[in-house]
Amino acid sequence: MRGKLCPVSEQDQILNEVTSSEYKYGFYTDVESDKVPPGLNEDVIRMISAKKNEPEWMTEWRLDAFKIWQGMAEPEWANVHYKKPDFQAISYYSAPKKKQINGLDEVDPELLKTFEKLGISLDEQKRLTGVAMDVVVDSVSVATTFKKTLAEKGIIFCSMSEAIQEYPELIKKYLGTVVPKTDNFYAALNSAVFTDGSFCYIPKGVRCPMELSTYFRINESGTGQFERTLVVADESSYVSYLEGCTAPQRDENQLHAAVVELVAMDDAEIKYSTVQNWFPGDAEGKGGVFNFVTKRGICERGAKISWTQVETGSAVTWKYPSCILKGDNSVGEFYSVAVTNNYQQADTGTKMIHLGKNTKSTIVSKGISAGHSHNSYRGLVRMGPRAINARNFSQCDSLLMGDRCGAHTFPYIEVKHPSARMEHEATTSKIGEDQIFYCQQRGLDMEAAIALIVNGYCKDVLNQLPMEFAVEAQKLLAISLEGSVG
Amino acid sequence: MLEIVNLHASVDGQPILKGINLRIGAGEVHAIMGPNGSGKSTLSNVIAGREDYEITEGDIRFHGESILELAPEERAHLGVFLSFQYPVEIPGVTVSNFIKTAINESKKARGEEPLDASSMLKKMREKMDLLEMDKGFLSRSLNEGFSGGEKKRNEIFQMAMLEPTLAILDETDSGLDIDALRIVANGVNALRSPQNAFMVITHYQRLLDHIVPDYVHVLFKGKIVKSGDKSLALDLEERGYDWIKKEQE
Repeated sequence: MRGKLCPVSEQDQILNEVTSSEYKYGFYTDVESDKVPPGLNEDVIRMISAKKNEPEWMTEWRLDAFKIWQGMAEPEWANVHYKKPDFQAISYYSAPKKKQINGLDEVDPELLKTFEKLGISLDEQKRLTGVAMDVVVDSVSVATTFKKTLAEKGIIFCSMSEAIQEYPELIKKYLGTVVPKTDNFYAALNSAVFTDGSFCYIPKGVRCPMELSTYFRINESGTGQFERTLVVADESSYVSYLEGCTAPQRDENQLHAAVVELVAMDDAEIKYSTVQNWFPGDAEGKGGVFNFVTKRGICERGAKISWTQVETGSAVTWKYPSCILKGDNSVGEFYSVAVTNNYQQADTGTKMIHLGKNTKSTIVSKGISAGHSHNSYRGLVRMGPRAINARNFSQCDSLLMGDRCGAHTFPYIEVKHPSARMEHEATTSKIGEDQIFYCQQRGLDMEAAIALIVNGYCKDVLNQLPMEFAVEAQKLLAISLEGSVG
Repeated sequence: MLEIVNLHASVDGQPILKGINLRIGAGEVHAIMGPNGSGKSTLSNVIAGREDYEITEGDIRFHGESILELAPEERAHLGVFLSFQYPVEIPGVTVSNFIKTAINESKKARGEEPLDASSMLKKMREKMDLLEMDKGFLSRSLNEGFSGGEKKRNEIFQMAMLEPTLAILDETDSGLDIDALRIVANGVNALRSPQNAFMVITHYQRLLDHIVPDYVHVLFKGKIVKSGDKSLALDLEERGYDWIKKEQE
């Protein structure tokens, strides 16, 4: 299905899948792992760096981040409540043992089975055109496809580990420039211990011919996952990057603290799409992934960065994909659907920092709360003293299902120039019994009715996703809201 | 086809229907008339299976089987269709997507193959022509920003697509101008066949000039107090409901 245009004909299949109610991707692959003992100190960081054969400058960079992190406190301002992770109980490195992969036959058969369950077997992916996959399972990239096609255009798309070895100058130049080590508690932690991730560089004037896609999975019990992603789009280039996540069902909380940095140079465009479906915890709210992510992009003159996210998973989400609109005439966009059900908590939104003249930003946030969950939109729009004629449009909608959930909106606005223009619209609605009865009368059962109504509500955001991702997102919305009404 | 036996229904403990008896056979058109508050819309909602109503006594049988325990969608799968008096808006869901989903959900429930995209489109075009609808209609959000007339026409369009065996039209004529009324009536008439039946709820005779009923029933205070042929509708048009009210008192 991936890579094909199929959103319309898939609708029924999507609705069919609404009938079962357990977390679909709750399985666990038994792959032998190379894992360091739990705990975090300088030695562990040196060990991680050594295992990855990193150059000295990288080791020093990590140690510096670790020192910064030690002096920081975990943030508490978000509208979420959880038991803080014990950072000394986490193992900071885990890699599947087999690493030299020349073909699918060399991939661990257990791993292949996992991919098949997810419907993304490498076999299938290789046949399909359009989507290049850099598959990350437990911190180390085990397979990369379509590399050659990309290389012909001068595009670099590889794991972060490889990039540190092969393209040290690019990494030194850009790593940590958008999200500095000092940025926040989780970003500092990530900088110290990140194990892998993806690096992407699009040369000047090149339009990346395919959607670049990475699947992240958390697959080792008790292993924190610290991905590091860096996308650099040189002048007048274009890239669309997809990030999709599923995780096996686990009883204990799993920490995920990723950092994503985007650099869009003059007149470049980066489209970054995420569908996130990590284990949200069971119906009582036990288990589930903690997702504390720092995502930020910087736009130079005339550049554009567009974030689209569909967040359905995780027990706790803390995530604000942001744009620094540094260059004149640059554009930032944020389209988000955040679903919370049962006892999930999400505090998510964006920051649009307007520095340049004539900068424009658009924020469309659709929150859906069900069960006992809490869903917060937190957004900052700042227009600096030199941001002449800056414009922002924000729309923050909340949809409530049932009467035990909560929707919260925290918009922050700072304007330092009188020519700035801002519009903010917000609505809160409930799915009406009238709507559900109407659908039922036409032959849809309750779950199908809700899936249809919710997908309609999220349409403005789903439309921003690449086609093959939109289908997956629709399915996830339906699955996430199973049993939430009636 | 439809058999309503001594049906009593109430909302929040308040009795609305107080012993309805009605039989509708295949190929028949029944008009239900009556003053405001007599229970016409309640009757249609109860047949369609809306949960807000409590059935306190009696039965509704469809093709000989009681449907009281069936969910609204199960009744729809059997071929019961309700054209709503006030169709609801569903933002972001296009008319075509909604109808496609509705048709295929019903097909799935009956164990039939879903309709492929090209057959679906062909059928939609046919029915839109029948109802003199604009092509752009299909890609609009369901009922969002529709005029009263467009909403009603959309209901009949859905009916034409779903091809129900029993169609209940709940005040489909309200909010329609005379041209729209004619178009909607033509659409209904084109769908009449010896296999299906219609229950037409209306206040006014004028709809019945276009959709000619076999039987006319007057609903008053939760009971059918008078039944007759189409001449009864003309009587009502001329004399109003007062004489019936008087007869009842």
